[in-house]
Amino acid sequence: MSPIENISRRKFVRYLGFATGGLVMAYNLPGFILKANAAEPATGEFKPSLFIQLNSDGSLILVASRSEMGQNIRTSLSSVIADEMDADWKKVSIIQADGNPIYGDQNTDGSRSILLFFAPLREMGAAARVMLIKAASIKWGVPESECTAENHYVIHKKTNQKISFGDLAEAASRLHPPKNITLKTPKEYDFIGHSMPSVDLKDFVHGKAKFGVDIRVPGMKFAAVSRPPVTFGSVKSFDASKALKVQGVEDVFEIPRVKIPYGALGGVAVVASNTWAALKGKEALSVIWETGENGGYDTQKFMELMTQRVHDQAKVVKKEGDVEKAFSNADKIVESTFQLPHLSHAPMEVPNAVAWFKGDSCEIWAPLQSPQDARRDAAQYLGLDPEKVTVHVTFLGGAFGRKSNPDFVMEAVILSKKMNCPIQVFWDRTDDIQHDFYHTTSAQYLKAALDKSGNTTAWLHRLAFPSISSTFVPGTNYASGGELASGATNLPFEIPNLQVENAKADAYVRIGWLRSVCNIFEGYATNVFADELAAAAKKDPLEYRLGLIGKDRLIEAGEGFKLDTARLKKVLTTAAKNAGWGKSLPANHGMGLAVHYSFLTYVAAVTEVSVVNNHLTVHKIHLAVDCGQPVNHDTIKAQLQGAAIFGMSICYYGKITAKDGKIQQTNFDNYPVLRMDEVPEVTVDIIENHERPTGIGEPGVPVIAPSIVNAIYAATGKRYHNLPLTETGLV
Amino acid sequence: MITLTVNGEKKSLDIDPDMPLLWVLRDILGLTGTKFGCGEGFCGSCSVLVDHESVRSCSTPISDVANKSITTIEGLSKINPKLQENWELLDVPQCGYCQPGQLITAAALLETNPHPTEQQIVDAMTGNICRCGTYHRIKEAIVKTVESK
Ligand code: FES
Ligand code: FES
Repeated sequence: MSPIENISRRKFVRYLGFATGGLVMAYNLPGFILKANAAEPATGEFKPSLFIQLNSDGSLILVASRSEMGQNIRTSLSSVIADEMDADWKKVSIIQADGNPIYGDQNTDGSRSILLFFAPLREMGAAARVMLIKAASIKWGVPESECTAENHYVIHKKTNQKISFGDLAEAASRLHPPKNITLKTPKEYDFIGHSMPSVDLKDFVHGKAKFGVDIRVPGMKFAAVSRPPVTFGSVKSFDASKALKVQGVEDVFEIPRVKIPYGALGGVAVVASNTWAALKGKEALSVIWETGENGGYDTQKFMELMTQRVHDQAKVVKKEGDVEKAFSNADKIVESTFQLPHLSHAPMEVPNAVAWFKGDSCEIWAPLQSPQDARRDAAQYLGLDPEKVTVHVTFLGGAFGRKSNPDFVMEAVILSKKMNCPIQVFWDRTDDIQHDFYHTTSAQYLKAALDKSGNTTAWLHRLAFPSISSTFVPGTNYASGGELASGATNLPFEIPNLQVENAKADAYVRIGWLRSVCNIFEGYATNVFADELAAAAKKDPLEYRLGLIGKDRLIEAGEGFKLDTARLKKVLTTAAKNAGWGKSLPANHGMGLAVHYSFLTYVAAVTEVSVVNNHLTVHKIHLAVDCGQPVNHDTIKAQLQGAAIFGMSICYYGKITAKDGKIQQTNFDNYPVLRMDEVPEVTVDIIENHERPTGIGEPGVPVIAPSIVNAIYAATGKRYHNLPLTETGLV
Repeated sequence: MITLTVNGEKKSLDIDPDMPLLWVLRDILGLTGTKFGCGEGFCGSCSVLVDHESVRSCSTPISDVANKSITTIEGLSKINPKLQENWELLDVPQCGYCQPGQLITAAALLETNPHPTEQQIVDAMTGNICRCGTYHRIKEAIVKTVESK
């Protein structure tokens, strides 16, 4: 069965948000499983999950089932289809899909939208083009082979006729999709591999784009919630009298904790006629809390415990050769310990949601990376059929993984049900920072053996960090395979004796995904440690690193994907060349490198810093990236520049601490992020090839911090292991 | 009763004089282009022009701007359309959320100093956080606007 179908006449088309008429096509992408060969033809039931419509006025509409959070996915997806279709870019518009399983997996995470959709979108675009050509050829009575498509028209050169796509839409809607499709060759691309500006630019620049916080529904009230300061604590008692005196406050009541992974934390809610009154009311509450099971969490003590554990033997998760034997035969042993703290996402748009419970149905608007999860959980809480719950996805004012965990939607649902009216729940910045699904905290111990000529003969990597799995299966205290394959177990080095061990670590806060996830600390430690080995061997770090990566080969990267060491080395040598690796630098300057493979993408950074009077300045970051066929150059560049800044925030400042179970940071004064005065020059070199396109939102992050720390070593001879650097006095 | 002008329109409001301008704009007047980022003056997301000066609306009680003229992102094109054009030309926004505040701060800079040096641009913009990291392009778009004058 062909994965592409003409569904213009099918009933369910009306659920897609399209106006009736025109040519509507669908692509059947069952499961959306991340596999090397994701576009295997479908079998059995036709469950379309990708939709386009061409109207008779020529407008071409794509239903975007991926959330827009700054990665420009709405633009990239549409440019791919428009390209294969030979459509006019100006005629393309987008409908943002509601959360619904008909779209397949909508979780916008893991840097995989383009990876999943590139091939299907191309095929669907090409099929539409063939159908439009066929419709024209029938109309003109000329052979299809003599017709061509160009910029939203079908043309018959011989007879000098041309007809617009819009005028053909109706006729094409009566045709079957072609069995065989010829896709464009890369040379023929008009949009793919070019720079397409965001389709939403005007709205962003004029303040018209609607984020979750901007949703206004008639009769809507505003709510703020005071949540237990300790994760999974509860309300013992509260006094609402002062809050109720705040002008605009209408009601104050306790809301329950909902014990599911994305459930509400519970607390005391203040409902008001405007946001400010709700926030003021929240401040005026006096609540006595029950601390509960996590009241003892102290991040400093926990770090000491994890560090102890990685200095001891732990659970072996990977073993090649015999590290112990190699250690005893070594000429030199190198050991280091790395300690990295929890991080908070702090997207500029705080968590928020509007829910409107209408008795037998519920409508929700929110900035969501995972709208289907929100829908499922809301339906379950309300005891409704999921079909009765509509989840509209707004623009996301940044997310970085936070908005994959829609606990804020659950709060809005609880509140709307209780108040019987539409409610917007609004988190202020302190709510956001103190009740996140945090990036985990980690201790890592690395030990290596060098032989007489400085070759690394053994590598031991021991890690302890609370696992994201603990959010889903409470009590989980070892990492998952995927978490460990973020630099540790998939280390792309040619070392004969290699061992990875995982030590126990319990979670005392909710742990979640944060932009590049475990690659942050695994990429960091492996890149810094490899640099230390070069120093121990008294070799040039670049030359040594290329030696560690070793000969050209393919390494199994899961689900049929392969890490190609030739591509890995290529990004590294490219970044080094662009940075002028080896050139003489001014006094107090140094260059450091890092290279990492994550989300199937290869990224290298070569960074130049100076340290003067113990003050660090990052001058330049040269990035090189291989993400397969580049889809949108401008977006790739923007994502990598953004990743450099995100990575610098982690390197300089990122640190969440807990004492007596309570998070101590509250806002950007004590949880700083990078600002313009600290931004270095960032260059991005995109390696051109036509391999399957891979992720770009996350893979730029992991290389930044280690390249800086390695550059500091080159400049000063001083090696730092722990982050953030604020604690060293360098920044 | 507090009277003020917003994007050229006169408004008379019967509200708590302590309510920050940000919430008056967003919740009372329905102008949601101005954004909340921190609520405490750290991030600049909530910036608006008050008589051509950039002000953090999250920390400005409405009574402070009585009888003044406010320009929000929704009205910025009347003051500096070139700036917004260059913002588009350089495809500055990523998620877009901080951009109204960035544009307003940049516009305020150019109102008082039409030819800022690069250092002056950085100094003026450092109060505005962009978590997506669009700083390079923000700077470029301002430089381009200065150069096109
Ligand atoms: S919201 Fe006003 S400065 Fe951050
Ligand atoms: S564009 Fe996303 S915060 Fe600036």
